[in-house]
Amino acid sequence: MPKRTDIKSVMVIGSGPIVIGQAAEFDYSGTQACRVLREEGIRVILVNSNPATIMTDPEMADATYIEPIATPILEQIIAKERPDALLPTLGGQTALNAAMALGEAGVLKKYGVELIGASLEAIDRGEDRELFKKVVEEAGAESARSDIAHSIEEVDRIAEKFGYPLVVRPSFTMGGLGSGIAHDEEELHRIAGAGIHYSPTDEVLIEEGIEGWKEYELELMRDKKDNVVVVCPIENVDPVGVHTGDSITVAPVFTLTDREYQKLRDIGIAIIRGVGVDTGGCNIQFAIHPDTGRIIVIEMNPRVSRSSALASKATGFPIAKIATKLALGYTLDEIQNDITQSTPASFEPTIDYVVTKVPRFAFEKFPGADPTLTTSMKSVGEAMALAGNFQESLGKAMRSIDKRHMGFNWDGETPSAEEVEQLLEAIKVPTEHRYLQIQRALWGGATEEQIFAATKIDPWFIRQFELINETALEIKNAEKLTRRLLKKAKLAGLSDLQIAHLRRLGDEGENTIRELRWTYDLRPVFKTVDTCAAEFDAVTPYYYSCYADETELRPRDREAVIILGSGPNRIGQGIEFDYTCVHAVQELGKDYDTIMVNCNPETVSTDYDMSDRLYFEPLTFEDVLEIYEAEKKMGPVKGVIVQLGGQTPLSLAARLKAAGVPILGTTPESIDLAENRELFGEVLKKADMNAPRYGTALSLEEAREAAHGIGYPVLVRPSYVLGGRGMEIVYDDAQLRKYVDRALRQARADTVVSGRLPSPLLIDKFLQDAVEIDVDALFDGEELYIGGIMEHVEEAGVHSGDAACTLPPSTLSDDQIRRLREGTYAIAKGCGVQGLINVQYAFMANTLYVIEANPRASRTVPFASKATGVALAKAAARIMAGETIQQQRDNGLLLPHGDGGDIRRGQQVAIKESVLPFKRFRTPLGKTVDVLLGPEMRSTGEVMGFDRDFPHAFAKSQLAAYDGGLPTSGNVFISVNDTDKRQLPLFAARLVELGFNIWATEGTASVLRRYGIDSKIVDKISVRMDSDPEDPVTTYHAEGSVGKNVVQLIEEGQIDLILNTPNSRGSRSDGYAIRSAAIAADLPQFTTMTEFSAVLMAIEAVKNNDYQIMSIQDHSKQLFELESRE
Amino acid sequence: MNQYDSEAVTFAPQDAVLVLEDGQVYVGEPYGAIGTTSGEIVFATGMTGYQETLTDPSYDRQIVVQTFPHIGDTGINEEDPESSRIWVAGYVVRDPSPNVSNWRATGSLDDDLESNRIVGISHIDTRKLVRHLRSAGVMRAAIFSGDALLDESGKLRTVESMLDEVKAIPQMKGMSLYDEVSTGKAYTIEPCGGFEGKEPLFTVAAVDLGIKAMTPHRMAERGCRVHVVPSTITFDELEALNPDGVFFSNGPGDPEQADPEVNLLRQVLDAGYPFFGICFGNQLLGRALGFGTYKLKFGHRGINQPVKDMTTGKIEITAHNHGFAVDAPIGETVEAPFENGKYGKVFVSHIDLNDNVVEGLQCVDIPAFSVQYHPEAAAGPHDAAYLFDRFVDLMRSAKEGNRNA
Repeated sequence: MPKRTDIKSVMVIGSGPIVIGQAAEFDYSGTQACRVLREEGIRVILVNSNPATIMTDPEMADATYIEPIATPILEQIIAKERPDALLPTLGGQTALNAAMALGEAGVLKKYGVELIGASLEAIDRGEDRELFKKVVEEAGAESARSDIAHSIEEVDRIAEKFGYPLVVRPSFTMGGLGSGIAHDEEELHRIAGAGIHYSPTDEVLIEEGIEGWKEYELELMRDKKDNVVVVCPIENVDPVGVHTGDSITVAPVFTLTDREYQKLRDIGIAIIRGVGVDTGGCNIQFAIHPDTGRIIVIEMNPRVSRSSALASKATGFPIAKIATKLALGYTLDEIQNDITQSTPASFEPTIDYVVTKVPRFAFEKFPGADPTLTTSMKSVGEAMALAGNFQESLGKAMRSIDKRHMGFNWDGETPSAEEVEQLLEAIKVPTEHRYLQIQRALWGGATEEQIFAATKIDPWFIRQFELINETALEIKNAEKLTRRLLKKAKLAGLSDLQIAHLRRLGDEGENTIRELRWTYDLRPVFKTVDTCAAEFDAVTPYYYSCYADETELRPRDREAVIILGSGPNRIGQGIEFDYTCVHAVQELGKDYDTIMVNCNPETVSTDYDMSDRLYFEPLTFEDVLEIYEAEKKMGPVKGVIVQLGGQTPLSLAARLKAAGVPILGTTPESIDLAENRELFGEVLKKADMNAPRYGTALSLEEAREAAHGIGYPVLVRPSYVLGGRGMEIVYDDAQLRKYVDRALRQARADTVVSGRLPSPLLIDKFLQDAVEIDVDALFDGEELYIGGIMEHVEEAGVHSGDAACTLPPSTLSDDQIRRLREGTYAIAKGCGVQGLINVQYAFMANTLYVIEANPRASRTVPFASKATGVALAKAAARIMAGETIQQQRDNGLLLPHGDGGDIRRGQQVAIKESVLPFKRFRTPLGKTVDVLLGPEMRSTGEVMGFDRDFPHAFAKSQLAAYDGGLPTSGNVFISVNDTDKRQLPLFAARLVELGFNIWATEGTASVLRRYGIDSKIVDKISVRMDSDPEDPVTTYHAEGSVGKNVVQLIEEGQIDLILNTPNSRGSRSDGYAIRSAAIAADLPQFTTMTEFSAVLMAIEAVKNNDYQIMSIQDHSKQLFELESRE
Repeated sequence: MNQYDSEAVTFAPQDAVLVLEDGQVYVGEPYGAIGTTSGEIVFATGMTGYQETLTDPSYDRQIVVQTFPHIGDTGINEEDPESSRIWVAGYVVRDPSPNVSNWRATGSLDDDLESNRIVGISHIDTRKLVRHLRSAGVMRAAIFSGDALLDESGKLRTVESMLDEVKAIPQMKGMSLYDEVSTGKAYTIEPCGGFEGKEPLFTVAAVDLGIKAMTPHRMAERGCRVHVVPSTITFDELEALNPDGVFFSNGPGDPEQADPEVNLLRQVLDAGYPFFGICFGNQLLGRALGFGTYKLKFGHRGINQPVKDMTTGKIEITAHNHGFAVDAPIGETVEAPFENGKYGKVFVSHIDLNDNVVEGLQCVDIPAFSVQYHPEAAAGPHDAAYLFDRFVDLMRSAKEGNRNA
């Protein structure tokens, strides 16, 4: 019963911007879906608001719309394209919700669009708590028991029934207010008593507590003939209580017998049937009581998920691809297993290695945020490793995280009994540091029982940590590092760098250890991921390293190019870099064997059928060098590309080159020219260009001296950073002291494996009221091709990754553009760039400043590529391999004449807007952390608004970034700082004309009054983040006010839009309460005047409701036509 | 390079050495008991269920290689064994668990292997070994550790002398083994689960050729009383049990060397008893019907095998443990060759989708069917448990037919 013949066109919805909990994995799944659909000869209509995705590349679909995933826009696209079916299960929760909304709005019915992959009913049964509970019950399984109480007596009765611990959730409170876990009667009375009080309905839900239970996941697939397979079981090392996305997880299961595992499997199959997922996949989570084995079903997702991406990479079973085929009507036995190419997909993968996934966090970006890991996901990325045993796999995964202080270490003295006591206390609360704390506690003599008591981590894993410790200490104390011992260290997952530190050889000792290891002929071998534990021959070259006897690499005929990926997603280094890497693979694959190295399971680049060879390996010097050495024996290697994967591979360039590895494109020396301030200053001087005044400092005194020389405000940051990590705008000496003290503290604590030297602080002039511009360009040594000139919507000072920007630039003059072009040429030439370069500029009082230059792919390359209709990264890859820009113009990768810096009449406007994760981060008191944008990048993802002019495009960008987009009427709350008050009246007058009511604090209202603009007065409040939790807000009652402060008004739902420009950083906490309340209420809020002027024009566009949609295929055609006309 | 060839291999007295009949040698650490053991070396790909594997009588005289690296994590318990003892001849694992973690565990696997005197080897590149067996086919092998590594004078033995020992091991093909694993005495499993304490719906005579405990349990769950009887039982003795149906179990060895059982089975078929066979029982039905059997290159041993039920088109994920298979035509109903179609028509009811091996036989004219794989699972998925229902249905309709007749 093969493919359905009645489906000729399918609309696929992507997952929109990268946010915490919904990341690159949906680009991976969506890309697979599009490829399958096109292979099947189906017309694909794709909608996704995120330009930094492979799925939105023109060749992935027949019509690609980079548009907001919102019902009215989707309807417009459906009306134009008239798809036969909609496939909503590959774009995460966003796509599923969008499909539900289209169903509810009657759009699907109106246009006769069939939902495939999952029915509305099945989605409902999977997502609705009560309906799902019933499915679980019918499957003969249990959900966590719960009951409702209105009094302490009722609470007691429930407690008697369920036993402790119990979770108390008051009904109808915001943000989980009053929730808590009670371990005994006293706690229960306290929490439930308060909960009943907080609840407007005097009601609390009492649920049996399953924190500390063992946690498992199953990935299942089912076809229309009711064939079901379990693709992969996943065991969470962190027990229930930590979100699976924040847990270290392993595949397959380690601590269940077959009987117990089969029970999970039986339940899983009964649930997927009960929910009614009949042509696709789902993920089901289970909790198991560690002493009794009682099983509780936690939840299910009736769609492809992050875990399914992990399971696909872990086993080689491509869930998204197969889910798409099932949606088209194929059955599992009709689909071939790609990897063996001889057996069908209707089987369950079995693996003969160990898979470990480790999350990557970004708490350092959100000072004040509660670092406790809970059931709400907080990690921003993850790394996965495969190896021959758990220890080796854990070690590889931890070093893949590519973050200081995040690997096990044994520096210094054995931890004291006192420290062990502290550690045992600390590990009771899960944080990103817990595993390191466990390892240290064990090193200091804590028993496995103590660790278990504090963490409930399964004793099997705790013993493994203990064994890693034992091996490490054996290395540390051995007289001589014998071959046997070194091999043991490798099997325990220790890197050369860790071993060097254990042998007290420091960072440089890594080379010594490697040389010794090579002398012993102790090198990793490469094994194949084959879905079947070697039962059948594997065709697909998907490799992982481990220390064993036999390597499975095969000789090559073609010359190879090795492309280094970007590792785990993080703020500042995300999916954009995977996008550029994939482009290089696609383009260079035409002439070379492409070899991809990456460790991020969410990505398209780690799809085994993207490149000619895939190495799922950590991006460290050691691991990359071993791959190069191994590949050299298999055939010629042209070189390694380091400039497409962001800072991670770039930072390896110099050492790889020193070790004899050819680096393609811009040389490590040139990279240094751009990254080293002194050298870069010389380049600028020669080109006669300005940089903001700056200085460097290694101490407080030097910093103060530099700051005074430059003049406050200054921008302070460590050198060699991506995403502006640790950057701050400093306004005075006191703030400077605080910053330097913190930097010194961190530097001294920097004892861990990371391979990077502590660096001096860079102090720059902070450019106030400047226009910031990002330029992406290609350079081949002679010719410059501007990829895009992007003007920031906010003024300089907001990190370029967080700022909204527009292409073509909206306010720059021809002369300014000429100067940017000349400047970029001079810098590219001066640094010796071969490939991509990104330069950040600022115009302050029409003086051009060069803020920084990065001789690599930048975050904006995908956006610029989509906006200008060319594939910059593909062209870059060819240039790195030695070709010229002219050749790229000739082969059609670039425009035949002109470039992305030209502004053409009739050209569409593209706006990039950032999406911020503040909602996820709360202070220990449950408040969201401050949302003020600054020079430290905090956004996780981006969207693109695309329309005929700036206001329409901006309105779309807001609709794509925020649920509901901009309001067209209602109440605006305005509170601006003194500097901004002069600009305010015109804005306010326009708001009134548009039909908004203005609410303001007394100071702002007074200014408006003098201009004859009416506003309602709101009480002013002042808050300190670190103040008394009982009374964090002070209200100042103003005369004639409505008697409420803005936070109250926001909570009451009275406010629709907020303009709140903050005072200088010293008193920034004033606006904090407003900003966090707005986030909690999901209100659009703007913190700069320039952005607000864009908002005003956009609101007009929304009011007119005359958006135009254009596929990027049509856009590209138009650009090439405009180009040839000019 | 990282490959050892057997000539260059070196080992020390504290090592364990695995020698294959084609000369490949693996040096690792002793695991389980110290000493020597030999047999046919085969690999099992299940990621769970090592205790069931070890106690499966079908593994008699075989050295089992586990492809999953970590073995022993959940220790052993008293509920999961499939027979009263460990049957494997030797055990090869990559990474034995240093501790035991499971709420049902009553002991460690290491201790269990030692007390059962099972010689094993650990910390070798098991994937390399499996890839070799996959391409070269299963073969004879032996593990040596402790004194077994030394010659009479106390010196380390040569690989050649160990290889000679391996080559002297009898081949699996041509070996009759079911008698040595079969129960000495008949015993009875009473109905259980919802049928516990009730009058049995049916009585089954299950001929033990290496039966796993889960098999009669699955029948008992469906209201059957199961008499598990020795392989040496005569047809008269069988009839005396007055069974509603007869079952032939799985078991080790070459089905070509089982004429007495084939004869017994023919008597069962002649008498019109409803018949169900699993694994060896399937091969015996094949032979009774006049088909041949043959040895597979490396067999099916895992719990992830896709089997298609040709009667419904549905796929089930199944547990397998077989080195031999029935040679019968797929996709057509044919006359059973034995005595010119004495048993009427038969068709292949199940096939393995990985390699199209015959996985089940269904007779059309007599009440008999069998499967090559393990619907009782243990270890493995429960997808094929419906076959026990089919058997019960077969007995029911036979009983009703008799009543009506």
